[in-house]
Amino acid sequence: MATSVLDKAPAAHATAPTGIWSWITTVDHKRIGILYGATAFLFFLIGGLEALFMRIQLMKPDNDFVSPEMFNALFTMHGTTMIFLGVMPLSAMFFNYFIPLQIGARDVAFPRLNAFSYWVFLLGGLFINFSWLLNAAPNAGWFGYANLTSNQYSPGLNTDFWVLGLQILGVASMAAAINFFVTIVNLRAPGMRMLRMPMFTWMSFITQILLLLAFPVITIALVFLMMDRHFGTHFFLPEGGGDPVLWQHLFWIFGHPEVYILILPAFGIVSEVLPVFSRKPLFGYTAMVFSGAFIAFLGFGVWSHHMFATGMGPFADSFFALSTMLIAVPTGVKIFNWIGTLWGGSLQMKTPLYFAVGMVAMFIIGGLSGVMHSSPPADLQQTDSYFVVAHFHYVLFGGSIFGLTAGAYYWFPKMFGRMLNETIGKWHFWLMFIGFNVTFFPMHFLGLNGMPRRVYTYPEGLNFEFWNQVQTWGSILLGVSMLVFIYNMWKAARGPANAPADPWRGATLEWLIPSPPQEFNFGTVPPVGSSTPAWDLRRANGGPLQEPAPESGEGIHMPRPSYWPVVTAFGVLGVIGSILFTHAFPQWYLITITGAAILIYGIYRWAFEPAF
Amino acid sequence: MVTSTGTLRRLARFAPAVCLLVLLGCAENYPQTTLAPRGDFARLVDDLFRTTVWWAVLVFVLVEGVLLFAIFKFKGRPDDPEPRQTHGSTVLEVAWTIIPAFILAAIAVPTVKTIFKTSDYATGDVVQIEVIGHQWWWEFRYPDLGVVTANEMHVPVGKTVNLRMTTFDVLHSFWVPQFAGKRDVFPGRYNPLWFKAEVTGTFSGTCAEFCGTQHARMMFKVISESQEEFDAWVSRQRVGSPLVNGGRIAPADSAAPADTTRPAPPAAPDSLERAGIALFNSTGCIGCHSMVGTPTAGILKMTGPNLTHVGSRSTIVAGFLANTPENLAKWLSNPDSVKQGTLMKLPRKLTDAEVAALVAYLRSHQ
Amino acid sequence: MSDAAHALEHPTATGIDSKKVAIWTLIGSECLLFASLISTYLVYKGKSLVGPLPHAESQCMLHGKMQACEPIFEIPLVTFGTAVLLFSSFFIVLALYGAQKGNRKMLVGWLSMTVLCGLFFIGMQVYEFNHFYHKGLGYSTNLFGSTFYTLTGFHGSHVTVGVIWLSTLLYRAVKGKIPPAKSINLEIAALYWHFVDVVWIVIFPVVYLMR
Repeated sequence: MATSVLDKAPAAHATAPTGIWSWITTVDHKRIGILYGATAFLFFLIGGLEALFMRIQLMKPDNDFVSPEMFNALFTMHGTTMIFLGVMPLSAMFFNYFIPLQIGARDVAFPRLNAFSYWVFLLGGLFINFSWLLNAAPNAGWFGYANLTSNQYSPGLNTDFWVLGLQILGVASMAAAINFFVTIVNLRAPGMRMLRMPMFTWMSFITQILLLLAFPVITIALVFLMMDRHFGTHFFLPEGGGDPVLWQHLFWIFGHPEVYILILPAFGIVSEVLPVFSRKPLFGYTAMVFSGAFIAFLGFGVWSHHMFATGMGPFADSFFALSTMLIAVPTGVKIFNWIGTLWGGSLQMKTPLYFAVGMVAMFIIGGLSGVMHSSPPADLQQTDSYFVVAHFHYVLFGGSIFGLTAGAYYWFPKMFGRMLNETIGKWHFWLMFIGFNVTFFPMHFLGLNGMPRRVYTYPEGLNFEFWNQVQTWGSILLGVSMLVFIYNMWKAARGPANAPADPWRGATLEWLIPSPPQEFNFGTVPPVGSSTPAWDLRRANGGPLQEPAPESGEGIHMPRPSYWPVVTAFGVLGVIGSILFTHAFPQWYLITITGAAILIYGIYRWAFEPAF
Repeated sequence: MVTSTGTLRRLARFAPAVCLLVLLGCAENYPQTTLAPRGDFARLVDDLFRTTVWWAVLVFVLVEGVLLFAIFKFKGRPDDPEPRQTHGSTVLEVAWTIIPAFILAAIAVPTVKTIFKTSDYATGDVVQIEVIGHQWWWEFRYPDLGVVTANEMHVPVGKTVNLRMTTFDVLHSFWVPQFAGKRDVFPGRYNPLWFKAEVTGTFSGTCAEFCGTQHARMMFKVISESQEEFDAWVSRQRVGSPLVNGGRIAPADSAAPADTTRPAPPAAPDSLERAGIALFNSTGCIGCHSMVGTPTAGILKMTGPNLTHVGSRSTIVAGFLANTPENLAKWLSNPDSVKQGTLMKLPRKLTDAEVAALVAYLRSHQ
Repeated sequence: MSDAAHALEHPTATGIDSKKVAIWTLIGSECLLFASLISTYLVYKGKSLVGPLPHAESQCMLHGKMQACEPIFEIPLVTFGTAVLLFSSFFIVLALYGAQKGNRKMLVGWLSMTVLCGLFFIGMQVYEFNHFYHKGLGYSTNLFGSTFYTLTGFHGSHVTVGVIWLSTLLYRAVKGKIPPAKSINLEIAALYWHFVDVVWIVIFPVVYLMR
């Protein structure tokens, strides 16, 4: 187990080995972070392509570019992919790489569990996307409302892939959440009290708590749905006394905190980037911490605002309306503190700052439209229309993706030892910013003018074609901006290793060590006396710090690579994936038993294998 | 950012105003808009929405304005001296916690008032309508008036209609934006909605909850007409309705004199209509549709719409096609090519002559 | 598990072993898992369309006709099982005490008792499920059956995992591989075991006693 203090035991694995096997067996949080990032970015591009196909289909009325079934699969998989395989694991990339660095740790608390999380995530993502090859991609919407998901109305494997895929991904998220929670609680460097933690670590910490409390609920909901589909129960089926509304409650008790799981890491990144590029500390650090915690807390008391059109009665409607409006207060506090951070600063106009400011500017729009549908009667006109599609893309694209991209530009030099090109970066920003607004702003108009969401086409007479066409061109621009980003990374990868340890005058511990960091992160962990330890050192030094020299790593021993996490991950896939075959052949449980055997064997070998 | 700052700034200032103009000014061009309410329910909602929009615009302009101002005002260079290190301000934190809370209260009060006005059934002198969602069409029943129809709801102008809504399969959501907000329907349960049309005319509605393959083509019309026109429509629709005399046309129904009028003149023995009736009965149409003069005339719970007065409807295929002989023929020759995945299945391929007979038969039922 | 000895050499930020923090985290998360299951059980209480039902009813649909319904629960047996599970929590405290004091006899003895109690509880549940099944309550018979089997099944699988875990530790204890320095491994298993007991303390009155 890695810890935050120097280890005097004999050295073992100080130098990083190379080759594919070394990546499969790695337990290094930095390598796992890169694996998460690369995998999630690929899934993100797939999700983007799915969106582009939808935009082409909607470019003109009564279009037949894709079939209705295909369109339904596209939007279901677009939502599922972006949330579970795109934004969450992209955040996980930063959790993995930067939480240990920001708190001055050698690794996460449970390095092999960390590897296990990644492999389960990868297998879950592949499992759910494998459905495309069988022409059975999930097609009941990313929130899979019962009773459309029943055997009667969704025969075929489509919904099974969705249910079981999410269940597998849930295992990965839970394992990772426990790991990061313990890491942050226990592996902080001496002097790093909770209220000295960098804001990214803080928001990540809150995100882990949300994951821990929200995922069990969706796990149970998915178990019920699986039982309904495969074992004859009627949890959500009215013909047996069940209630489809129960699914909606369970789903959104998970689903609303999930929204904060997607956005809080981006909040954290922006709270890192703005101070560094304003060259002054985060305004209202304590207010930022507590507003984040308050958002998370309230996030568990607002789920039914997704269900105002279900007719819950005036008292429930009023309660959830007020609790939802209340969330706007701590969210506003965050935005005002970000502006307060910029105010009076010396703004260094670098790409990360562009994306961070873009995130703040776009998130304000998403927040304001959110306040509009916190009012249930108004929401009766807005829910399930393109107005809501506009809202959540302003929050999740304008918020999360802009924030994550800010993080990518900010931390790329640290991860790969290479600078991304500033000019191309600004092209990337402007293309993405314009493309984003052209794609999503007109959706407000379309929604208010009566275009429902999730329609594969619309008739000519409703006058939806103009804005739809504009949006399609906007989405193509967005696609181009992604190509520019890929080009920028490709160019950096071919370029020289030119990144210094601290290209931005960073405030936090990760900027004190070489780029990329050595396997053991810190030879010695510097003292932490505030939330900006690197700035403290600069001040004490009276100017820029010396470029840190590589250290020998003598005397530091790191966790040993292990392939048991991969084996165990396959066990999880076997156990959960086997349910796919219940209707196909009677001996399906043999697959479950095989999976369980692999799982148990893997756990035992893992448990009794020396960690170091 | 360096070159276009001025333009951008000006544009940003005007953005919300332009957006609102685009929204509110052009709403009339959109037949399904929420922004030009023509019913009291929609008007209540619209008033509330406009309150929130103006607050939102105010906040948007102020906050984005300050953000943009800060960016241009505090732009620095790499070699500038370190700016003053401020850490926060309790006064400001309190201020920007309390001020938004007041704005939200200004939205919350009318919100809660409107919630209580819009949550339940309307009372008093109302027209009762039962709305039933089906994959992928809408059924409307007027239990007190004895009418069963599909995809076209007739309402008398100036009179409140009370909707009691459910579904026979999956969840749907009933939405006529110009009259009322949407409300979801659930199997085995009734949900309320009401509205009063303020003007006459034809209004677009659609399903707003994803309900499977053809969710996009689950549209309908609401036809608001004068009380006289509405009464006339009702008396025509009662003839052969499954809710009146079990679908039989019986002159003895003294309570409803209009029932004595026949829906169509008796067809000549060798006419197309006659051939159509025979086909309708023999090829399996009656397996899913109730229809006057067939064994299913009195059955209410069928998979497909009641076709007794199909000729009187302005559209077919859930609001998708105009009700013309050509469109009906197209639909009957190959439903799946018109609406892929539709639950309307032909037992076998029909010949052109058979389609023509069925078209004639169906269109004769006005 | 060899990390344990290693971990003890290093102070953590809180001074608490990371594995212990992890198990507490897991327990916090599991609370929501069981909360969802128990809530669903309560939401669907009395909503079953057909019998058999948990408690006596004057009228219910059973085997295709309306008739008086016998209660399906056998409260005395389950009460005894509950007591056994509660005692096991007490026994594991004694086992842990033995482990921390280096008293192998005490450790092995009380840990065996704990495992036996767990096995008895699982046996009771297997008997109960089998008995209900023969009385006509299948997994998909009605909402009561579905929610009851899912809730108690989830709990039962947690007990099973606990028994496997504790058996593994028992095996190591017998081999003398749990010295006081490694008693943390038993401590976290004990925390999990207590949690599983506490969940049953909630399930028992909610499912078996509440009318």
